[in-house]
Amino acid sequence: MSDVVVQLTELRKSFGANEVLRGINLEVKRGEVVCIIGPSGSGKSTLLRCVNMLETPTSGTVAVGGIELTDPDCDLDAARTSLGMVFQQFNLFPHMTAMENVTVALRKVLKRSRSEAELIAGEQLARVGLSEKALSYPAQLSGGQQQRVAIARALAMGPSVMLFDEATSALDPELVGDVLAVMRSLAEEGMTMLVVTHEMGFARNVADRVIFMDEGVIMEQGKPADVLGNPSVDRTKKFLASVLGTH
Amino acid sequence: MSLSKRQRANLLRYFVYAATLIALALLIFIVDWSKLSNAMFKWRIIKEQFPDILTKAARNTLIFTFFGFIGGLGLGLILALMRLSKVRPYRWFAATYIEVLRGIPLLVTLLILGFGVPIATGWTWPNMYVQGAAPLALVAAAYIAETIRAGIEAVPRGQMEAARSLGMSYSRAMITVIIPQAFRIILPPLTNEFVLLIKDTSLISVLGVTEGTRDLAQFGRDGVGKFANATPLVVAGLVYLILTLPLTQLVAYMERKAKRVRR
Ligand SMILES: Nc1ncnc2c1ncn2[C@@H]1O[C@H](COP(=O)(O)OP(=O)(O)O)[C@@H](O)[C@H]1O
Ligand SMILES: [Mg+2]
Repeated sequence: MSDVVVQLTELRKSFGANEVLRGINLEVKRGEVVCIIGPSGSGKSTLLRCVNMLETPTSGTVAVGGIELTDPDCDLDAARTSLGMVFQQFNLFPHMTAMENVTVALRKVLKRSRSEAELIAGEQLARVGLSEKALSYPAQLSGGQQQRVAIARALAMGPSVMLFDEATSALDPELVGDVLAVMRSLAEEGMTMLVVTHEMGFARNVADRVIFMDEGVIMEQGKPADVLGNPSVDRTKKFLASVLGTH
Repeated sequence: MSLSKRQRANLLRYFVYAATLIALALLIFIVDWSKLSNAMFKWRIIKEQFPDILTKAARNTLIFTFFGFIGGLGLGLILALMRLSKVRPYRWFAATYIEVLRGIPLLVTLLILGFGVPIATGWTWPNMYVQGAAPLALVAAAYIAETIRAGIEAVPRGQMEAARSLGMSYSRAMITVIIPQAFRIILPPLTNEFVLLIKDTSLISVLGVTEGTRDLAQFGRDGVGKFANATPLVVAGLVYLILTLPLTQLVAYMERKAKRVRR
């Protein structure tokens, strides 16, 4: 059993004539937290969506836990159960309670019994601090609470990797902290995480590795202190200056 | 002396009120009310309509409507899914079906399926209810399919993506995540579809319904023949209203509520 959980090889993705990913090579090790930063439109979301094949790469391979998802014979539905995805817009199912949101895939995909599923869901809702909201519908929850339910929903499937696509970008500033705290504790528990974020503080303090992406390529990567504190590429410097304000 | 825009609008409004009042007054004087009520609201005949108009005619209308709607809903859902399918022949079939059945008057479709097909094939309809409700369902399906498709397309894309990312197959995601939300969205237009269907059942009688399968409209017409008086038709019209008004009011209520939620 290899230590590499996610492996992307020469990954390319085009939308029509627009090549959005231009040869990405990336390995994520078990327990590693990798933050991806970069300007808007640089292909971060597309990269994350290729990892669980919500977008089909134009060429190159995606392997998760040794299974090649880009293999046409791969059972994607089964493979996706080991990939938890958290979206910018939460995407909770509005016609289901928080509890139902977390149990639905356990029951319909993993074929757990209702009581088993509710036990797991209860644990995960407690983990994100929302036990008392189990019977609330998404519309009755704040953005931060919705996003934490979405995280619990992904965690309940027992994924080997969690993918976060700007999980806090749609939140009011005062609600960002709760979600980041949950993500941080996940990282501390050893979850493998691929995190697209604009939260430089999170990247600096939690990430094992920071990747700077621009125009569909990985421009620079390394320890957070190096990439964020002492970038070697001009583009990175410019981006950081624009995000953090000038020093 | 020139009038402002507002003054001119007010003047026009008063003029319309006055004209309406004059028209009503003329109506009251010109129409022979005793003759009219004799021909259309004859109490003795009204009483004779009951209880059969409810226990038989309205019941038949509702049976035709109900089976037409259930059939239309099931087939409409399948057509909507075909219309959204990645498989091109499915899309073509669904699009053609929808265009053809919406483009032909219901009366003509009823006659073709009710009379034409049996004549052409030698096959006969098992009974009047099926003969009437099946063409109704086939036509309703075309309209309902478009309604359902609009509903499915109104569900945000992220819902399907979230469902798929949890390992659900396309069809599983459709069944548990997308379609339930779509139906919530289209409940008002779907109810309108039901109201239209109630009224459309009045055409089924062109197929020559029997005494036992007479719908409201036919019951009214038979009454006209029997009593040489229009009262039975007026009563039938009122019974239609009793069936449709609560539903149209329900639609209005649902739409007001949806508007409030969206704000
Ligand atoms: N489904 C799509 N169809 C066409 N173009 C797309 C699609 N998704 C993303 N793109 C394009 O790909 C580029 C990268 O987008 P994205 O991966 O969302 O960037 P980021 O997440 O870094 O802001 C953008 O130019 C965007 O317009
Ligand atoms: Mg993005």
